[in-house]
Amino acid sequence: MEFKQFVFYFFATVLVFAAAMVITVRNPVKAALFLVLAFFSAAGVWLLLQAEFLAITLVLVYVGAVMVLFLFVVMMLDINLVRLREGFGEYLPIGGLVAVLLVLEMAIVLASGQFGPERMPEPAALPADYSNTRALGRQIYTVYAYPFEIAALILLVAIVAAITLTLRRRKDTKYQDPGKQIRVNRNERVRLVKMRAEKKT
Amino acid sequence: MIPLSHYLILGAILFSIAVVGIFLNRKNLVILLMAIELMLLAVNLNFVAFSHYLGDISGQVFVFFILTVAAAESAIGLAILVAVFRNRRSINVEDLDTLKG
Repeated sequence: MEFKQFVFYFFATVLVFAAAMVITVRNPVKAALFLVLAFFSAAGVWLLLQAEFLAITLVLVYVGAVMVLFLFVVMMLDINLVRLREGFGEYLPIGGLVAVLLVLEMAIVLASGQFGPERMPEPAALPADYSNTRALGRQIYTVYAYPFEIAALILLVAIVAAITLTLRRRKDTKYQDPGKQIRVNRNERVRLVKMRAEKKT
Repeated sequence: MIPLSHYLILGAILFSIAVVGIFLNRKNLVILLMAIELMLLAVNLNFVAFSHYLGDISGQVFVFFILTVAAAESAIGLAILVAVFRNRRSINVEDLDTLKG
């Protein structure tokens, strides 16, 4: 077995194992950590496919940002695990049946020879000075410039939406309301009291 | 060398595991979101594999956009999750039945 094949099957095994653990493990924190392992192995497989930029992005953005977000949220919530695990295996037979059928159907199509080494041979090795990042950037900033802008807008909307959804005003925190400060009139602040003048003794 | 079909079957297995995850953890919103992430990963794997074997970089551009949208989706999903938990003290899907007809 060639080294490349060994690497592929090793990463694929780890990926499938980690994905299986994500959906079966009891503790959501452990599930998030196994998801990190799954993303990392997937990045390894993508490196084999010569998608270097995307592999690095997957590790940086997913393992570095999204999974940390998941871990924060999971640790912030006080989850009652016993109730969530009720009836865990109830739908396992039908779910497993659906999954096995899915894999079988796709395997029939995929193993039919249309995607085998004869029809889809391994592409020729790229030259040594080929840069995956440069090729990708050239496509994104020319052909896909407009969708790229929309993607940026989607991220902006996501930021605003996530902040507004989780923002709350606590009742016991003290803060200034500038509008109220400006709208104030004299009668609310100063009270004039009429007093008789004191006699000098 | 590794034929394209092996990559595609790996993606199919990953997708099916995510489907089973949605069946199994239908009460736990956090794991449901993680299963959706796994599905998107399987789809991305197919895109990258086809991009490599067909010698067309556009597939990788689409993976780039899917990653963007998936990140936005999980951020908003988790924000909704936190808001739901604050209001109902639970993330059990069975407790979220206010809208039932």
